[in-house]
Formats: sequence, structure tokens, C-alpha cells
Amino acid sequence: MADHEHHEPVDEYERTPVPPAAQLGLKSYVGQFAGEHVAGTELMIGPLFLAAGVSAFDLLVGLLVGNLLAVLSWTLFTAPIATRVRLTLYFQLEKICGRKLVTLYNAANGVMFTFLAGAMITVSATALGVWFQFPMPGLGDLLPTGVGWVVAVLATGVLFTLVAAYGYRSVARFANLAAPWMVLMFVAFGIVGLRQLGLTSPGDFWNVAQTVIWKGGAPMAGQVKFTFWHVLFFAWFCNMAWHIGMADLSLFRYARHAWYGLASAAGMFVGHYMAWVAASILYAVQLHQDPANTAVLPGPLAYRACGLAGLLCVVAAGWTTANPTLYRAGLAFQSLVPGSSRFRVTIITGLVATVTAVFPLVTMKLLDFVALWGMILMPMGPVIFVDYWLFGRWGLRRNYAEATGGGINWAAGLTWLLTMAACSWLVLKGGVQIYFVSLPGWFVAALLYVGLSKLLQRRAPAEAAT
Amino acid sequence: MRRLAQLISWGALLAILLLAALFFADQLTLPAMQRWLLGVAVLWFISTPVWMGRRRNG
Repeated sequence: MADHEHHEPVDEYERTPVPPAAQLGLKSYVGQFAGEHVAGTELMIGPLFLAAGVSAFDLLVGLLVGNLLAVLSWTLFTAPIATRVRLTLYFQLEKICGRKLVTLYNAANGVMFTFLAGAMITVSATALGVWFQFPMPGLGDLLPTGVGWVVAVLATGVLFTLVAAYGYRSVARFANLAAPWMVLMFVAFGIVGLRQLGLTSPGDFWNVAQTVIWKGGAPMAGQVKFTFWHVLFFAWFCNMAWHIGMADLSLFRYARHAWYGLASAAGMFVGHYMAWVAASILYAVQLHQDPANTAVLPGPLAYRACGLAGLLCVVAAGWTTANPTLYRAGLAFQSLVPGSSRFRVTIITGLVATVTAVFPLVTMKLLDFVALWGMILMPMGPVIFVDYWLFGRWGLRRNYAEATGGGINWAAGLTWLLTMAACSWLVLKGGVQIYFVSLPGWFVAALLYVGLSKLLQRRAPAEAAT
Repeated sequence: MRRLAQLISWGALLAILLLAALFFADQLTLPAMQRWLLGVAVLWFISTPVWMGRRRNG
């Protein structure tokens, strides 16, 4: 067997700024965002909106505004810092927070990526259910529904894991190849679904949307009722870890200009608008044909509209996005044990993701999981934001861990823990739903980091500020 | 060869929209559209690797 290191994607400029010669144009970003955000999980999120009893106006306008805010967050928060410092998130965090805290952040990131990869494996396994006709989980199921389901998930997960470990690059190439086809297949899902719901003229769309598809009203059992504000905040914050949380510093450090953040519109309005709406329409078709069938299963949904090509799209969407997700999870865990084999770590991570995929808990509660992910990783965003833009002006040391040579910056560490504690309290005791809590959480984190840094640095001479 | 493969690929993408539109306009039955969509997928995955991500000769 060839050396597995050969299959790893190239990670360049990990500890140095990206030089001008390596910078990328706008087209690269448009392509990357459009491809990455048409994932297997879009086929779950669209139907879950419908299960949450959303109305047509709330969904279509809420997604429009929420996605616009997400694009602005990438453009105004992430890209300006990325194109100025041109460092990876991890190196930037290491300079501010210290290596030990970055390791903890990596562990949290790795756990979330593992669960997400598990959800993508679940999505792909639903395609096998159409073929082999075994019982699949319903909307309220949190445990596996039978041997057939377990075998299908294990087979899918093991296959994805082996491919991610051995052939990352091959699947990455396949992902590029499949992306334009998948986007068009999602468009087809929507058009076919609308016809199956009885729409015969585009002029009747709004009437059908309001009376047949997104009728509003009470949510299904076990689901939270979604209003305009839920949709807006979900669309804005579902990638919170990447924009406001600054994970995409690593991506935008290659951008020639900060305004390339606008390229994220390609991902948001293709993946998080068109694809979610199309997937939602497929679920409406299912409910229209059999109101008792509330199961959210991407395989059967896609098959009903587009046959075998639809099933192929479900498998491709799950596979091509599980691949980089498993890889990222593996990288995050690998940093915990320096010198460990990336191959071995990816195999272990993939197998853990596969086991989580057997339990449909995360997939059926995907809206909550995505919001939780944003909440957990968000606090590092305001830390970087405040550190970069405000600390120098206020006489505080920027990049404190680097300046002092410490393994952990307690101001940042406590900011992270206390922000999560405050957000958790707001959700559990304060009556704030998890979809909204990250907005006040951002300000809590920013204030905490400034206050704690002032305490920590009070003995440092003002002239040491950089 | 590259040019032909590109034409087939773009034609395949257009065909997905066309097939969905024909079904929407009741000009094609659901099973027929689904069969054609599968054929178009095969066409896309055969023709696109010929040119996508490969350098132009000359």
C-alpha cells in the first residue's frame, strides 16, 4: 500500500502569512462556497423547517434576511481580519490564547465535526433503505429501528471512513465533479415537487406555498414552533462557527480582498436557500400524499421525485461532505496527540461517527445540534475580533499568549467557559431558545474578554501594548 | 475531444432543467423523466472528468 501521507491534502502556510503569490481570486471562493453548502444535511434541514410548522412568508423571507446577514458576517467580520493577518484560525488562536487552549478548542471542534459526519452518514444510509426496504427511523425516533438500519449505517459509515482515510483526494475530486450536477438536481427536486403538489402555473406559486406547502400552524410532535425570527436566526447562525466564530480565517487568508467574503452568497443562496426550500417541498409532497408519514428520510424523499438519479444525489451529497468533515475531525483530534498517524485518527474518528449515525438522535434534532455547535465555538470569534480591532487602541496587549510565552491565556479561557455557562443558563433557566442565544452570547464574550484581559494585564506596562 | 466533452457536460446540466420543466408542463410522465434523469447523470459523470480539473493541451 502506498504511504497514506501521500493522500493528505496540502496544508500550506500553517505558521506563516500567505504570501501575495499564493493568493486566490474571487472565482475560487464562489466555487468553493457553492460546492460546500450543497451538503447531505440540506436534505434534512429543509424538511425539519416544515415539521416545525413554519409558514411560507416566515420561511422564504426569513431565509432571505438570515442568509444575507450570514454573507455580511463573512464579509465584515471574518474576511477583513483574514486578509490582514493571513494566518490560519489555529495559529491566530494560538498567538492569542496559547497552545493548551487551542488544543481544547480543537477537541470541541473535533467532537462537533464527528457528530456532523455521523449525520451525513445517516442521510446517505436512507438511500439504501429505499433499495433494501428495511424499516427506517421516524421523526421522533432517537434509537435504531432494526437490524437492517444498523447494518446499512455501519456499511455506509465504514465505507466513508476507509475512503476518507485512504483516498481523501479522490473523493475531493469527485466532490468538485458532482457539485454542479447536485445543484441542478436540487433545482429539479423543487420543480418536480411543486408539480406533484398540484402547481400547474408559476403564477400560482404563492397560493400553493401558503395553502399546501408551508401552511404554518402547530409544529409536529417533539418539534419547536418556528417563526420568522427562528428561521432568520437559524439561517444566520447555522454557520456561526465559520463566520462570527472566525473558523474561516483559514479560508479567507488566501483572498486578495476582504470583499471576497461576498462570495459566500453563492453558498448561502444556492445551498441554504434554494436547497433547503427544495428539500422542504419534497417533504411537503410526502405529507400531501400520506399525512401520517412524517418520517424525514432524504432517500425516499429524493427517490419519489427523481427516481434513481435522486438516490444517487442523496448518496453523493452525503458522501462528498462527510469526507472533508471526517478529515477535519481527524485533524482536530490529531492535534491532541502530536505525532499520531492521521490515517489511524481518521479511522477511529470515522468509526465513532458511524456509531453515532446508528442513533438518529443528532440527525432528527439537526436544527438544535447546529445551533448548539454555533454556541459552543462562537466565543472564540469575539475574542479574536476584540483582540485584533480594539486591544491595541485600548493599551492592551494583542496576541497575549505569544507576547508572554504562556501556554494558556486565562482571560480567553475563562471567556470561553463563562460565555458557554451564561448561554446555557439563558437557554435552561432564562427562557431563551438555543437558536437566539448566540447573539447576546457574542456581546457577553466580548465584554468578558476585555474585562478579564484588563485584570490579567493590569501589571503589564502600557508601553508593552502592541 | 475536450470541447466535445464540455459541450456534453453543459448539455447534461441543461437537460436536468429541461426534463423537470417538461414534467412540470405535463409533457413527460414521472417514470419517463426519472429514467432520463438517470441517463443524464451517467452522461455527466462520464463526460465531465474528461475536462474538469485538467489542463488544456497546448
